[in-house]
Amino acid sequence: MTASDPRPVVEAVWRMESARIVAALARMVGDVGLAEELAQDTLVIALEQWPAQGIPQHPASWLMATAKHRAIDALRRQGRYRQKLDEVGRATPDAEEPDVAADLDDYVGDDLLRLIFTTCHPVLSTEARVALTLRLLGGLSTEEIARAYLASDAAVGQRITRAKRTLAERKVAIELPPPAEAAERLASVLEVIYLIFNEGYSATAGEDWIRPSLCEEALRLGRVLATLAPHEPEVHGLVALMELQASRIPARTGPDGAAILLQDQDRRRWDRLLIRRGTQALVRTKGTLGPYTLQASIAACHAAASRPEDTDWTRIAALYEVLAHVSPSPIVDLNRAVAVGNAHDPARGLAIVDGLDLPNYPLLPAVRGDLLAKLGRTAEARQEFQRAAAMTANARQRTLFEARAAACQ
Amino acid sequence: MRYLIMLKGDRPAAPPPPELMEAIMNLGAEASAAGALLDTAGLSPSAAGARVRLYGGQLSVTDGPFAEAKETISYALYQVRSKEEAVEWASRFLALHRDLWPDWQGEADVLKVMGPEDFG
Repeated sequence: MTASDPRPVVEAVWRMESARIVAALARMVGDVGLAEELAQDTLVIALEQWPAQGIPQHPASWLMATAKHRAIDALRRQGRYRQKLDEVGRATPDAEEPDVAADLDDYVGDDLLRLIFTTCHPVLSTEARVALTLRLLGGLSTEEIARAYLASDAAVGQRITRAKRTLAERKVAIELPPPAEAAERLASVLEVIYLIFNEGYSATAGEDWIRPSLCEEALRLGRVLATLAPHEPEVHGLVALMELQASRIPARTGPDGAAILLQDQDRRRWDRLLIRRGTQALVRTKGTLGPYTLQASIAACHAAASRPEDTDWTRIAALYEVLAHVSPSPIVDLNRAVAVGNAHDPARGLAIVDGLDLPNYPLLPAVRGDLLAKLGRTAEARQEFQRAAAMTANARQRTLFEARAAACQ
Repeated sequence: MRYLIMLKGDRPAAPPPPELMEAIMNLGAEASAAGALLDTAGLSPSAAGARVRLYGGQLSVTDGPFAEAKETISYALYQVRSKEEAVEWASRFLALHRDLWPDWQGEADVLKVMGPEDFG
C-alpha cells in the first residue's frame, strides 16, 4: 500500500466494518445512539493515528478492538462495568479487561441481526426506520441519505436523532424479537430493505448517482440478511426479487434517459449474473408462497423469456392469482389483469380492470388502453392513454402514454 | 459498482499450506456474508488453456502455457461502494498469503467492471 493519503483507506475500511462495530457496541452498551457515538470516536482515532503510524496490518480487527476499548471505558465511566462483567459471567475479582472484549466478541452475526431488528422496530415511523437502517447498517452519512432522498441534511439529521431518542425512551431492547412477534418484525425489516431498493429503482437516469446506488445498498443488506437468517424463506424471496429486478437496470432506460417498458427492453442487456443469483435465491425459498417469493417467481418468468413472445403468461397469471390471495391489493389485481389479458383473453383482463377502484392511478387507464387496443377498440384505447398522460406527474411516463395514444389510429 | 480482482503470481512447486486454503475459504464466506463477493474461482495453470489471437487480420490459436512469467491464479468479482473497498478486499486476500505462506509473492489486479455509472 502506498504511503499517500490514507484517509480514503480509513474511510473505506470503516464503512465496511461500521455496521459490525456499531452492532457489537450496541450489545455492550445497550443503546444504539451511544454505540454510534463510540464507533464515530473510533473512526476519528483511526483518522488521527493511521496517517502518522501507518495502516495497521489488520485494519478491520484494529477498528473493532479499539471500538470495544472505547465501550469498556464508557461503561466504566457509567459505573456499569462490574455489572456487565457479572452479566457475561466472568466476574472474578481479578478479571482482566480483555476478557470482556473476548466474551463479547463471538456473535457478530447475531449482533447485526439484533441491530437490524432494532433499526426497523415498529415504534419508529417508516421514514425513521429507513434513515436509521441506512445510517447504522449501510454506514451512509446523514448528508448521503439526504441526497439520496432529496431531503435536507437538517431534516434527515433530525429524523435520525429523534429515532435514536425514541428507541431509548421506549426502552427498546436490542434483541431478537420474541417468537410471538417474529413474523411481524421480520416483515418490517424486509419492507424497509425493499423500500430502499424501490427508492433507488425509481431514480431516473441523470440523477445524482447516489440514488440508483440505493438499489445496490438494498441488495447488499438483503444478501447480508440472507446469511444471517438463512431459514427464513421470505428473506431469500426478497433477495431473489431484488436481484431479478436489478438485472433489468442496464436495459430499462434508453440512451436519452427515457424509460423502456419490459416488453420493449433489449434483453441481451439484462445482467445474466444477477438473473442467475436471483434464480438461485428463489430455489432457497423451497416452494413457499410468501408475497416476496411470489413476486420473485413472476420476475423469474420474465427473466426466463429471451424474447417477449416466449413469456409464460399462463404461469404469471396463476402466480398473480395466488399473490392476490396472499397479499390482496388493487395494484396486484391490475397486474393480474395484464397477465390474464396476455395469457387468455384481453376481454377477461378488461373485466378485472373494470372492477378496480384506483383513483388517480395513471397505470389503470394505461392498462385499460392496452387491453382495449388488443381488442381492436382503438378509439376507446386512445382516450384511455390520453387520460393516463393527463394523470401522471412523471414527464417520461407522459411521453410514453402520449406516444401510445398517437399510435391508436 | 463491481470490481474484478485477478490474482497473479509465480506458481510454486509446492501446494499452498492447508491453513492458507482454510483462511481463504473463511475470507470468501465473510465477503459473501457482507454481500460483497458475487463470484470467485481458482484457475488452472495456463498449460491447461489456450490463447486465441487476432493480428494482421489473422486468427490463430496457441495452446498454453503462456510465455509470461506470472500465472493468473484466481479471480473474484466484488460488488462494492468504492475502489478503496475493492482494494481492501484484495489487501485482505494478500495479507492472508503474507501471514500464512511467507515464501509466496505475487500481485492482485483490481479492475473496475464497467457499469451504469460509467455512462451518461
